[in-house]
Amino acid sequence: MSNAITTIFRRGAHSTPASTPDGRQRLRADRKRPTRWYNLAGLMVFVLMAFPVYWMLVSAFRPGREIRSYDQTLWPSSFTLEGFQAAIGSNFFWTSVRTSLIVTSVTVAAAMVLALLTAFAIGRFRFYGRRPLLIILVLVQLLPPLSMLIPLYLQINRMGGLNQYWSLIVVYTVSALPFTVWMLRGFIINIPRELEESAMVDGCTRMGAFWRVVFPLIGPGLAATSVFALVNTWNEYLLAYVIMQDNERWTLPVWVMSMTTQRGTNFGSLMAASVLIALPVVIFFMIVQKKMAAGLTSGAVKG
Amino acid sequence: MSAPTLDRRPTAGEEPGAPEPAATGSGNPLGWKRGTGHRGGKLPYLLVLPGMLAIAAVYFYPLYRTVVMSFQDYRRRHLWSGDTPDWVGFEQFTNVLSDAHFWGVAAKTVIFMVVCVTVTIGGGLLIALMMQRMSLVVRLMVTAALVTAWAMPIVVATSIFRWLSDSEYGLINILLSKIPGVDFRGHNWFIETWQGFSIVALVVIWGAIPFVAVTLYAALTQVPRELEEAARLDGASALQVFGNVVFPVIKPVFTLVTTLSVIWDFNVFLQIFLMRGNNVEPQYELLGIYSYNLAFQSQSFSQGTAVALITVLLLAGVAVYYLRQMMKRGEVE
Repeated sequence: MSNAITTIFRRGAHSTPASTPDGRQRLRADRKRPTRWYNLAGLMVFVLMAFPVYWMLVSAFRPGREIRSYDQTLWPSSFTLEGFQAAIGSNFFWTSVRTSLIVTSVTVAAAMVLALLTAFAIGRFRFYGRRPLLIILVLVQLLPPLSMLIPLYLQINRMGGLNQYWSLIVVYTVSALPFTVWMLRGFIINIPRELEESAMVDGCTRMGAFWRVVFPLIGPGLAATSVFALVNTWNEYLLAYVIMQDNERWTLPVWVMSMTTQRGTNFGSLMAASVLIALPVVIFFMIVQKKMAAGLTSGAVKG
Repeated sequence: MSAPTLDRRPTAGEEPGAPEPAATGSGNPLGWKRGTGHRGGKLPYLLVLPGMLAIAAVYFYPLYRTVVMSFQDYRRRHLWSGDTPDWVGFEQFTNVLSDAHFWGVAAKTVIFMVVCVTVTIGGGLLIALMMQRMSLVVRLMVTAALVTAWAMPIVVATSIFRWLSDSEYGLINILLSKIPGVDFRGHNWFIETWQGFSIVALVVIWGAIPFVAVTLYAALTQVPRELEEAARLDGASALQVFGNVVFPVIKPVFTLVTTLSVIWDFNVFLQIFLMRGNNVEPQYELLGIYSYNLAFQSQSFSQGTAVALITVLLLAGVAVYYLRQMMKRGEVE
């Protein structure tokens, strides 16, 4: 009885959720013993999830003679950059970097403009047809990619868009829209409407209030959303593979896969190439991962 | 929600040129809806127009073309000529549906999806539950590993697992051969269909678990600790606490995550495609790959779209279910 009261009392004193980031709850005496087993299981999960990435890194720096051997140790005998040199020196690396940079940057910029306009309308106005629009945005994300790939390929082919930057840019921009609109809407809803309203009382037009009040506040949300669009565009493989048949117009993922030939694969340089294309994505992703989750869930809290 | 004094301000002042037909005559003459903003006249339509046109062009038009092409016979020569292919009615569908290979592919797709979803959801839930109970340092390590795996591009993830399962120097074979009496040297994992699919499933599950675990963990933090403690004081076992207290709270998120996993794992394409070096043998065809091979390898585009359309129809029910769950949570408001 007294136990329960102290528990409740303690909860009342600082009503933190079950898993406070500081882990205070975890230190209670009655939880200490099982925690050791959970830590052990946690370490196992850590090893299982991290190992493939670790193996990629180790293989990328491992000397070639060790890659092609039967006793690959967990830690290489020496580190070398020859895998990276081979990858960067291989055909079409620099042209692929150029294509990926052009396509990704234009796509992100275009997607952000379109998504911001749409998200602002959806987040701020109760116009007729708004709900169907939201439903469309959800459903469109669930379509199997293959149901659109074939007609898209035929259409792009007919319009002379094979091996052209614009065809990838257009399709990528639009594919980014449903999710980026959804995320941005979450951020916009969280900006108090009163701020805009007071700006309008002070003489701003509605769009004026948007540019002067909402736009500066949406910065972090816009950054998180654009990273999401960037990651998706940077990683896309299938459409780029189908559309960019000219070696000089490969994107980086297509280039990575080109290291696998009929004669076999040099896994050392394939892993080095994988590190090269994954690195920017992982860094960006790590920065915004928290915000992305916030954007996903914030819409649920406020209507 | 918003200040009532501001709510009463007439909207006509801001947009002199835009009358509000929708609002007149209703019980809400100023066009404001309680706490949710106002209709805004033409402005919202102008704002959504570019985005909607784009979505119509890149989503709806291809979808429409998929339907149309499924009733035609679009072949290689139509790629360049531009004349309308012959209309063949339901012939593509009867061809596809009477083909035993299609049913094999469909069965494989469903089995593969069920296995992947079960392992992903089960593993993700387990990890999320454990994350609640481990110490801070370990939890941060697990989170870091999950986010890193989450961030890996599919092309990279598949390359890594291709390397791990390589027949010559892949680590899996090396490790298995270390077991006394077992010799996996030179073992090719892709000769036996189920073995090959196991490797593919490994890539898919490894890539999908982070999203599930992180999302469910976030949901678990919303479970009130008081409820759990009260149940435990009343003598409930750990399993009873989970079933009667914890799970009901996380159920909406759990349902959403499961539904999404069903849709994603049903549509698995790239992992198989890349694993087999862009040239997938018939034994590894799932519905997506089958549709691709029909269109881009056999150049019978109409058969490809017919299979794609069948996939859309198969998934439509799941998609509608997902949408309804979203609406229940009030996300489509």
